[in-house]
Amino acid sequence: MNTRRFDALIIGGGGAGLRAALQLARSDYKVAVVSKVFPTRSHTVSAQGGITAALANVDDDRWEWHMYDTVKGGDWLGDQDAIEFMCREAATAVYELEHMGLPFSRLDNGKIYQRPFGGQSKNFGGEQATRTCAAADRTGHALLHTLYQQNIAHRTQFFDEYFALDLVRDADGYCLGVTAMSIETGEPLLIEARTTLLATGGAGRVFWNSSNAMINTGDGLGMVLRAGLSLQDMEFWQFHPTGIAGVGCLITEGVRGEGGYLLNKNGERFMERYAPHAKDLAGRDVVARAIAIEIAEGRGCGVQADYIDLKLDHLGEALIAEKLPGIRDLSIRFAGVDPAKAPIPVAPTAHYMMGGIPTNLHGQVVAPARFGPEEPVPGLYAVGECACVSVHGANRLGGNSLLDLIVFGRAAGKHMQEYLRDNPYPRPLPEAAAGASLARLARWDRPGSERVAAISDDLRRMMQAHAGVFRTDAVLREGLEKLNALEARLAHAGLQDTSRVFNTARIEALELENLIGVARATLVSAIHRTESRGAHTREDFPARDDENWLKHTLYSREGDQVDAKPVRLKPLTVESIKPKERVY
Amino acid sequence: MKFRLYRYSPESGEKPTMQDVELDIEPAGKMLLDALLAIKAQDETLSLRRSCREGVCGSDAVNVNGKNRLACITPLSELKEPIEVRPLPGLPVIRDLIVDMEPFYKQYRSIKPWLINDAPEPEVERLQSPADRALLDGAYECILCACCTTACPSFWWNPDTFVGPAGLLQAYRFIADSRDEATAARLDNLEDPYRLYRCRGIMNCVDACPKGLNPTAAIGRIKSLLVKRRV
Repeated sequence: MNTRRFDALIIGGGGAGLRAALQLARSDYKVAVVSKVFPTRSHTVSAQGGITAALANVDDDRWEWHMYDTVKGGDWLGDQDAIEFMCREAATAVYELEHMGLPFSRLDNGKIYQRPFGGQSKNFGGEQATRTCAAADRTGHALLHTLYQQNIAHRTQFFDEYFALDLVRDADGYCLGVTAMSIETGEPLLIEARTTLLATGGAGRVFWNSSNAMINTGDGLGMVLRAGLSLQDMEFWQFHPTGIAGVGCLITEGVRGEGGYLLNKNGERFMERYAPHAKDLAGRDVVARAIAIEIAEGRGCGVQADYIDLKLDHLGEALIAEKLPGIRDLSIRFAGVDPAKAPIPVAPTAHYMMGGIPTNLHGQVVAPARFGPEEPVPGLYAVGECACVSVHGANRLGGNSLLDLIVFGRAAGKHMQEYLRDNPYPRPLPEAAAGASLARLARWDRPGSERVAAISDDLRRMMQAHAGVFRTDAVLREGLEKLNALEARLAHAGLQDTSRVFNTARIEALELENLIGVARATLVSAIHRTESRGAHTREDFPARDDENWLKHTLYSREGDQVDAKPVRLKPLTVESIKPKERVY
Repeated sequence: MKFRLYRYSPESGEKPTMQDVELDIEPAGKMLLDALLAIKAQDETLSLRRSCREGVCGSDAVNVNGKNRLACITPLSELKEPIEVRPLPGLPVIRDLIVDMEPFYKQYRSIKPWLINDAPEPEVERLQSPADRALLDGAYECILCACCTTACPSFWWNPDTFVGPAGLLQAYRFIADSRDEATAARLDNLEDPYRLYRCRGIMNCVDACPKGLNPTAAIGRIKSLLVKRRV
């Protein structure tokens, strides 16, 4: 089997992976990025509204206020040390992006343009803040391309269109690299590295109605589960309030930040009822639930009463052309509506995974071990949507995900250099390091009667019906039974396409294996948590229960086991933000 | 609906063929990508690239009824049947609708597509006026789908030496950026009978760009900068 060797290995070519890779590429260490798509096709490219940092370019602002909003937005499930770290580092991280060339929109004084976003306040819960830095409504595109460009400049080694299969670990638990497969040739490859970072992004494709790219299949989560490590807070999925109805494509919260608002069929600004103060700029979970309730109670718009109107024509053509051009384009193409003239039909769409691979604020993957609940897995890091550090808690604020990628990508890149200094010699690979991966590949050479595409479709429909905005024990358990049946079908699945070269059917089969793991982690964790917090809404347990549930969920595949670990309520330097009722 | 799909499997040893496919699909509100994925669900040997399915990642550029387009934002209802779908022209085909993009990426890398500014960095952002920032509009939005470059006859004949419209648009994006200090070197890099001047103003690129960008105009501006610095 072909083997390549690097000092550091990054799995995933989105914002988090490329930011970490850049940090390493600027050092003397040899770094490689493995990505199943050409890096600029990664899902970061779809981020629209912006990246949040208290630059105070438009209005008074302080990182402490940003921190407060993030803790509250996450319904107190976020770890306050990590949140302090992120909000403190935010301005520096954004200025660095500007220095790299990111084409931010500008204010008249030449500074970076900022817009209001949901859940943002001044003075710890006061008036609306204006904190999200934007490049029109293409911030993710601008960010991803800028980082890719910098990585080319610094000669990062890219393995484009390679699919990562499994982590390689030795008996002491050290991560020594990964097995991967060239999509173009079908050849397996062993990539050795003293340190590996997972930056494989989200898994929103586990839902039927999703804003996510088709590549968001939780591949890093599958790798971690197969390695016997656990996933954290997997019951928390964000449903973005404004996906284009029936399509799922995202309409940025920036539309409401710029002054757009939601209307039901009676022309009522219903958010005034649900969030009298913040209205349309309440937390995303709050707005998504409000829309779901309006639709469920028959106040939806259209013939089927199954969507809500997002009105922005009053903003005027000039503002829309300058600040929201991409949205206009998407709306015309996918909804057949020019938002400068008529409202956009929207409904909640699965958008973001708050949970993921547990890490500390250096990006080190942590696991319960002999010396406590959080011991680093040597050599292994995770950053971005696939990771749970946890800054987003039970609900992520808009503009915080690009920030998460950049701040923790940078932090992990730095810490990986320390790790490489402390661990200068590669450890020997275990016998048959690639054995399990090769067996998994060989499994898909066996014929079978079930089709991967059909099982994938059924999985997404099941998750949509059983793990959506509103949940109950019965609905979740029924979902788990259906998942068992789907897994049984997967055992009998086979491929029609047995070729080696660019066999995308085989890739989709491997992706489905990862998605199944994500679905199981989600359902089991959601059954376990008998309270409502942030994006996890249990109709049978409608209240938040800090006494019993102010803790993180840890799911491991072995026996579907669920453990807990405490939320870190103590920040690094400032006072703890004590849990209180979350109203907007 | 009736489709004619370009099929090629390098392992079969056979020549490429056009496959006729009939698909039961209601075209209203659906994109070409929806149809291709529905066809793939029936016959999973059909290979294509796709990711964002909303026209921002640039994965699924194909040649549709003779025109380069992104499958995910091409409405089925706009297309005349049989809908003929081929890989992008001018690049080696790996399989079915998948081409080897490396010649395209190589030209992109050749223009040094990153901001060059060796001045000490301020503790905050560098300032840029809204007017200077507006010069980047129409240039930074490129998604590297290659629709334009592979529609360009000059690139077909000179893929090794002509940068092509996408690469030149990116070159202009950095030349136009008030923060970039390498304009002279960037112009030197392009002052070449092939790299820049193979552009004959055919304007296929403008017609092909799914994002509505205008590489020909950017190329014109680079040419006039070169003229200006000579006089």
